[in-house]
Amino acid sequence: MRIGVFICHCGSNIAATVDCPAVAEQAKGLQDVVFTTDTMYTCSEPGQNEIIEAIKEHKLDGVVVASCSPRMHEATFRRALERAGLNRYMLEMANIREHVSWIGKNKERNTVKAFELVSIAVAKLRNNNPLYANKFDVTKRVLVIGGGVAGIQAALDCADAGYQVVMVEREQSIGGKMAKIDKTFPTVDCSSCILGPKMVDVSQHENITLYALSEVEKIEGYVGNFDVQVRKKATYVNWDECTGCGACMEKCPSKKNIDKFNEGISKCTSINIPFPQAIPKKAAINPEGCLMLQKGKCGVCAKVCPTKCIDFEQKDEIITEKVGAVIAATGYDMFDHSVYKQYGAGQYPDVITSLQYERLMNASGPTGGHIIRPSDGKEPKKVVFVQCVGSRDPSVGRPYCSGFCCMYTAKQAILTKDHIPDSDSYVFYMDIRSPGKGYDEFTRRAQEQYGVQYLRGRVSMIYPKGDRYVVRGSDTLAGTQVEVEADLVVLAVGAESAKNAPALAEKMRISYDNYGFFMEAHPKLKPVETNTAGVYLAGSCVGPRDIPTSVGQGSAAAAKVMTLFSKDKLESDPQVSSVNTSRCIGCMKCATTCPFGAIKEVTDRAGNVKAEVIETVCQGCGICTVTCPQGAIQLQHFTDNQILAEVNALCQAQLDF
Amino acid sequence: MSISVGYYPGCSGSGTSVEYDKSTRAVCKKLGIELHEIDDWSCCGSTPAHTVNHTLSAALSARNLVLAAKQGQEEVVTPCPSCLANLRTASHKIEDEEYRPKVEALLDESCEEAASVASTLQLIIERVGIDAIKKAVVKPLKDLNVACYYGCIMNRPPELMKFDDPENPMAMDKIMEACGATVLPFPLKVECCGAAAGMPKKNIVTELSGRLLEVADSLNTEIIVTACPLCQMNLDLRQGQVNRANGKSYDIPVVYFTQLLGLALGLSAEEVGLSKLVVDPTPRLRFADVL
Repeated sequence: MRIGVFICHCGSNIAATVDCPAVAEQAKGLQDVVFTTDTMYTCSEPGQNEIIEAIKEHKLDGVVVASCSPRMHEATFRRALERAGLNRYMLEMANIREHVSWIGKNKERNTVKAFELVSIAVAKLRNNNPLYANKFDVTKRVLVIGGGVAGIQAALDCADAGYQVVMVEREQSIGGKMAKIDKTFPTVDCSSCILGPKMVDVSQHENITLYALSEVEKIEGYVGNFDVQVRKKATYVNWDECTGCGACMEKCPSKKNIDKFNEGISKCTSINIPFPQAIPKKAAINPEGCLMLQKGKCGVCAKVCPTKCIDFEQKDEIITEKVGAVIAATGYDMFDHSVYKQYGAGQYPDVITSLQYERLMNASGPTGGHIIRPSDGKEPKKVVFVQCVGSRDPSVGRPYCSGFCCMYTAKQAILTKDHIPDSDSYVFYMDIRSPGKGYDEFTRRAQEQYGVQYLRGRVSMIYPKGDRYVVRGSDTLAGTQVEVEADLVVLAVGAESAKNAPALAEKMRISYDNYGFFMEAHPKLKPVETNTAGVYLAGSCVGPRDIPTSVGQGSAAAAKVMTLFSKDKLESDPQVSSVNTSRCIGCMKCATTCPFGAIKEVTDRAGNVKAEVIETVCQGCGICTVTCPQGAIQLQHFTDNQILAEVNALCQAQLDF
Repeated sequence: MSISVGYYPGCSGSGTSVEYDKSTRAVCKKLGIELHEIDDWSCCGSTPAHTVNHTLSAALSARNLVLAAKQGQEEVVTPCPSCLANLRTASHKIEDEEYRPKVEALLDESCEEAASVASTLQLIIERVGIDAIKKAVVKPLKDLNVACYYGCIMNRPPELMKFDDPENPMAMDKIMEACGATVLPFPLKVECCGAAAGMPKKNIVTELSGRLLEVADSLNTEIIVTACPLCQMNLDLRQGQVNRANGKSYDIPVVYFTQLLGLALGLSAEEVGLSKLVVDPTPRLRFADVL
């Protein structure tokens, strides 16, 4: 074999603490190495050309690049090898940046370690074989989980591009949080006026199938070929017949259900359409409140329904869909402020959340857009906004900034003045974080034009005094304690991951962080991809996002899906397990340990049981290879021989610098 | 049921809050708790010690915990939250193997064997329990509107005290409820009363305690229930000063929770030391048919 070794300086990233020329020189002594060199930036165009030239000139059949992490540039160098006519798997990388130069300062010892890593890479490369990808078909349909603004955007973009979309929404209507919001910052345009048409587009688009009040039960398969099970929850209403006339809601005698859409500030009937612009505009029965379902008597809705679509016998239904890609746009939930005992633990009626306040301000909300105190229905004249409730507070396990609360608080304070001109608003804040287009101007407008009093400090407690509330906090700019007597207190509650987000992440086999937010494949360069091929992310399921970012991500995820669907066939990764049938004894232990169900039992011509790997399902984790008592199943590109060669090289390395 | 623990009365128990000490002993006896007063106990160091020297403060407190352990007690209870804070801090510090030798050097003895410490309030609610209290009540505090005031250090710092909620404690509320009283949602239950600032700067106490009395009064509180000798003193003994400073005329009795609990358990006014209080609670208690 003829191997070339390329040591990268990475500018001064590596060269500052590793003697690159010495490593290149020393590598000349490694077995099968016929060419070594060190370059300033191997990943640059001249750097790559140098590799290609060297392959041709020195008739190399394998290349080692000692530079950064393979997560950074493995794909780059593999392409360079292919351009020179070599198989892409004849490349090995030694990570002498993240694993050496960035973590150690001692140049001498770093140089030794860099050389050791190079010798390991050479030893492995000597055992490498060319690998070739298989091709498989792509199902050009996409599943969008979540019908908030991010999911809606993603679904519409994919549908407009001509692909079939299956949208699954947990709630009764799509629209997400944006449908509850009155106005949007910083333009103060009506939220439902800009979202409503998009929601209608979803319901009318011939390429979109919408399952509302449904959840994803199971996702199996792999990129291009996912099998999805959707649980369509019983609505007790035949939605094919329901016209959304609302006659049932008028007559339903059970009127004391918590109105989830209105964030609990009003009550609703057991059979309900959450809001007038709901999509789909269909009624559903809340079984917990329904007299018929609980006690077996009532049935008024069934009597008044003009289309006779009430069905008390309806059951949950499982629907199976085949898709080629998944976009998760499951959004976020509001932080539960009742953990703040000093703010009344959720017991004070006039201490409400920001989303409840949105419903109070919203013309289609329960008060018709009139801001009133929930306790006595009076118009508040002094409103205090408390920011960072459940944000930037490690004591409640929420050390992160929710990002959008500064902006929506400014908006709510402005709108309060618009609704009640003789009112005063106070905002307790830690810092004003407004780094968006027109955002900082907007917060200044709240202060300068609308006279909102901004007080920099945390609120230490809220307590009732008479029929008002004393909000006590610090004013860190004035260095004093302040108390404001308020008629209404609005807590700017932060965002947290959607309930059950981790469970869904596990169904999709993607990672999530400590707080339940989904992890991107790379926080900067792959913001809508995940580490699972074919699964994409959009909106606040990744972390708190405002509307423009969510919409942008919806489109970005759709673009990724379109890129995927632009090919009729996909290449499978050949780095999967394969069975040496002459050594396999058919014990099938591998099949029992495989977490992906990628190994099936077959019989050979002689009738012997053998294991066989389904290449498209195998994720290349290697659990089967350590399970196999015969060493018959091997993970390609990480075979026992390759790994043992690396160990040998490490143990034998002769160090002489 | 028999519970046996060491008992640390603290110096206020033999001075300004003899009625707290007296009612605590009487209530514990009634509830089947044997209190063994630590023989030869000494001052916990109080506020002055730890403002001057933390190690000295730890040593003063640790001496009592070591003494209790020698006298066969694994656990010590104290009614006073301030003593509790000092004893608990010391107990925490001598668990640290690097810190312990400093304390031992001052005491000339080993601190390896030391009793743990809790408040009598914690002992009653966690070891006796609400159900047992309910069963033991013979004279329910019916028609009595009480506000429970915990003070600032009973539950704080939370990582040291590890008892109840630091912002909205409920232990006394639950005990008073078990006794049949109507417990008002007192929002300032962990606010500062002014504490020892009453000595150097009286207006701090008249302002802070004044606020407590104002909110309690606005809730139509008939009796304020406390668990801290200093809080009780500021609200009760200084109530006249507070009134004069703020131009008010509050007349709200401030009692220890053990006193009301004792009455509900059938103890007499004498046995719980009611006569030691400055604002006389007897008219209200008579009106509510407790006396």
